[in-house]
Amino acid sequence: MTTTTTTIPDQHDPGARGRLEVDGLVKSFGSQQVLRGVTLSVDPGSTTAIVGPSGSGKTTLLRLIAGFERAEAGSVVLSGRTLAAGDAWVPAHHRGVGYVAQDGALFPHLTVGQNIAFGIDTPRLQGRKATRAKVAELLEMVSLDAALAARRPHEISGGQQQRVALARALAREPELMLLDESFSALDAGLRVATRRTVSRVLQDAGITTVLVTHDQAEALSFADQVAVMRDGLLAQVDSPLEVYTRPVDRATAEFLGDAVMLEAWVDGDMATCSLGAVRLAPTAHRGRVQLMLRPEQIRVDEHGPIRGVVVDTDYFGPESTVRLELTSGREPGCETSALARSGEIISIRHSNAFIAARGTELRLRIEGEAIAFPPDA
Amino acid sequence: MTTDLTAPGAHRATDTGTAPTPGPGTRPGPASGRRRPPVLAVIAVLIALFSLMPLGYVVAMTVATGWDTAVALIFRARVGELLLNTILLMVLSVPLCLVLGVGGAWLVERTQLRGSRFWALALAAPLAIPAFVNSYGWVSAVPSLAGLWSGVLISVLSYFPLVYIPAAATLSRLDPSLEESAAALGLGPWQVFRRVVLPQLRLAMTGGALLVGLHLLAEYGAFAMIRFDTFTTAIMVQYQSTFNGAAGNMLASVLVVLCLLLLVAEVRSRGTARYARVGSGGQAAPGRMPLRRLHVPAQLALLLLVVLAVGVPMWFVVRWVVLGGSAIWAPDELVPALVQTLLYGVAGAAATTLVAFPMAFLAVRRPSWFTRSLELSNYVTSSMPGIVVGLAFVTVSIRFLPGVYQTAFVLVAAYVLLFLPRALVSLRSGLAQAPRELEEAAQALGVPPLLAFAKVTLRLAAPAAAGGAALVFLAIVNELTATLLLSPNGTRTLATEFWAKSSEIDYAGAAPYALLMVVLSAPMTYLLFQQSKKAAGQ
Repeated sequence: MTTTTTTIPDQHDPGARGRLEVDGLVKSFGSQQVLRGVTLSVDPGSTTAIVGPSGSGKTTLLRLIAGFERAEAGSVVLSGRTLAAGDAWVPAHHRGVGYVAQDGALFPHLTVGQNIAFGIDTPRLQGRKATRAKVAELLEMVSLDAALAARRPHEISGGQQQRVALARALAREPELMLLDESFSALDAGLRVATRRTVSRVLQDAGITTVLVTHDQAEALSFADQVAVMRDGLLAQVDSPLEVYTRPVDRATAEFLGDAVMLEAWVDGDMATCSLGAVRLAPTAHRGRVQLMLRPEQIRVDEHGPIRGVVVDTDYFGPESTVRLELTSGREPGCETSALARSGEIISIRHSNAFIAARGTELRLRIEGEAIAFPPDA
Repeated sequence: MTTDLTAPGAHRATDTGTAPTPGPGTRPGPASGRRRPPVLAVIAVLIALFSLMPLGYVVAMTVATGWDTAVALIFRARVGELLLNTILLMVLSVPLCLVLGVGGAWLVERTQLRGSRFWALALAAPLAIPAFVNSYGWVSAVPSLAGLWSGVLISVLSYFPLVYIPAAATLSRLDPSLEESAAALGLGPWQVFRRVVLPQLRLAMTGGALLVGLHLLAEYGAFAMIRFDTFTTAIMVQYQSTFNGAAGNMLASVLVVLCLLLLVAEVRSRGTARYARVGSGGQAAPGRMPLRRLHVPAQLALLLLVVLAVGVPMWFVVRWVVLGGSAIWAPDELVPALVQTLLYGVAGAAATTLVAFPMAFLAVRRPSWFTRSLELSNYVTSSMPGIVVGLAFVTVSIRFLPGVYQTAFVLVAAYVLLFLPRALVSLRSGLAQAPRELEEAAQALGVPPLLAFAKVTLRLAAPAAAGGAALVFLAIVNELTATLLLSPNGTRTLATEFWAKSSEIDYAGAAPYALLMVVLSAPMTYLLFQQSKKAAGQ
């Protein structure tokens, strides 16, 4: 993989404080190439989530940005300052990048307060009092009681530990904050609350943030920009809405959420499939395609043109996943299509578990547009 | 002696994959950004080569002796007699140590035994009494003590804690849900013990048995005192008469083969099964069984054991001290011996910890086939008896470095080699508590790498390093065999002074030295006991 550190055009002010430009990063461990040329741009003050299955290289990417590892090729530029490119390499402690590890990585031999103060360089003259005030301020910033400063890391909860780790990283007023699976070790309820606090604090401080996670829901809810990583490459980088509703390929679609995949025939901006004629998002594909719909796009509607019999349901509380066997369509237009087979099974989401008893016939309607992928991709 | 209690458990830690490798599976391998590892690796290789010196010495000596002479010296009646003695001693002592060690551990940890906290410590206490002091106490009690059965008696009483400590540590950490599951599957209490608990103790038992075996092979003083001949005592006799004769060297090579066979046997019986706990989450404390009618017999049995192992030798040490009166407390002899012992102990402990560091660091931070082979070499070295290490240092220093022969430097070097595993095991568990992530977190907070290493990793590993150093110190204080061979002229340690006096049947004169050794050892033994409890959890 060859990369040249070309100067970035001025159009989006490459020197802006907090802008991160990653270009063509390549990294191997032994014979295994973990990153195969990753290019990513993060706007100042925005939040990007790097999401991907484990082993896709997302943590390695974060560690290269943090300066814990060296890349074989490619560059990392933060606020217009080159952190890594060719032989030039700024070590972690000179990067001004905040980092919060999965388990917080609090120093067990120091108190919470000493942990937070670890990276603060207070001039001797200002002394302890200033440090203590700063620690209290940071604790308040992450919604923790200042009394916690005297505690040891093992005496506070996991969520508190993560917030202390954030406070510790914030103490250095970094231009970029890296969160490495920072919420994964917390249980469900705590995870959401901690994520919300962290997100708010970072947004208020206007700090550019990159979060690595394997949890697609977390990525979609946390970030302004989602980068989907697979096999050492970024498959798609876009807004959460875009990556979810307009995934670039089937693997991305299925990684980001449940997907209903159907064989279809494209003609113009419509596709014909076992659900009948479906509106398509703009596509260059013609002829045979695979059609992707999100289960929530298929709605139950008394007057809907599609019929299916409930096979089984998975009840999740607020909603159920209902599997339906399509009965041969009686609507004109569908019957004539070679693809309108009966017997195909699809999944949909529904909020009313009662209507979905086994054997019930439901009528369905499709909302929004489907996405076309090349066949057997 | 060369090995240490926590060693088997800790070896396991890497073998079973519960290794202290930090971070989840997605984490990439070693950081390539730092330049420290190659230097460390070179140092570690040098240390490993140095530590293989005794083995190399034995091989070289055997080759130099020539095939015919070697055969003639090895296949003779005297060797057969020593072999028979040694094998009988092992066959009788090791099972007894296992029964006493596991039984004691089970009583203390898993039954509603009254005073179990007291018994927990009391059963570890014999470790504070060097085996040759134990022997001295028993010879004072029964002057006619001699031969195989006396050897078994002294061995079992001195060494059963080597099984007890790891067994107790494992029992106290066993996940009770395994036993509960077994009970739910219809197994009675005895079946649960046999089919669930005992298999889990396998690692502690094989490791403990290995240590007992190695001690039996290496011990000199205890067996010499009761006139029971083993390879080690025979080599010492040869050395004293012919200094560096082929006969002694051949005995040493048979002894080394026995040690290596023990290692292989232990690795074999250890099996490949994993005993690590699956899954995460909190763990409840194991339940305790009521003893009911067996309570009184249990208390009496423990009392008897502790009286025999601790009471008898200590009673006679104190009795000799009292009988000797003020005459035996000659300060011009005692004080220099004490000071020299302390100096050697401190110097040896510091040097050993320093030397252990690169290997421990590599093993924790960069686990690979390379570091595993380094550990293997260290494991082999840990089985080398003090007499072989002593002989190797004598010969090598005379032949290649005559300037250092009979200097404190050689003796400290021998201590380093003998006790490296102790320091290594402690350091490794200490370094495991300072994962790389913490150092990286410090770097991300603006601290330069070397300073981050010092402020975080060294600081976190310091208590464990100190613990390891204390154990090395304990070992040096009680080391007799290699010290006898290597100490410079005029050097007198507590152990050698004790040995000189008791060899002259000046039992009263030897008593203060014995007492001082026990007093110095007691706190270290307590530390060892505490550390083993922690090590079992890792």
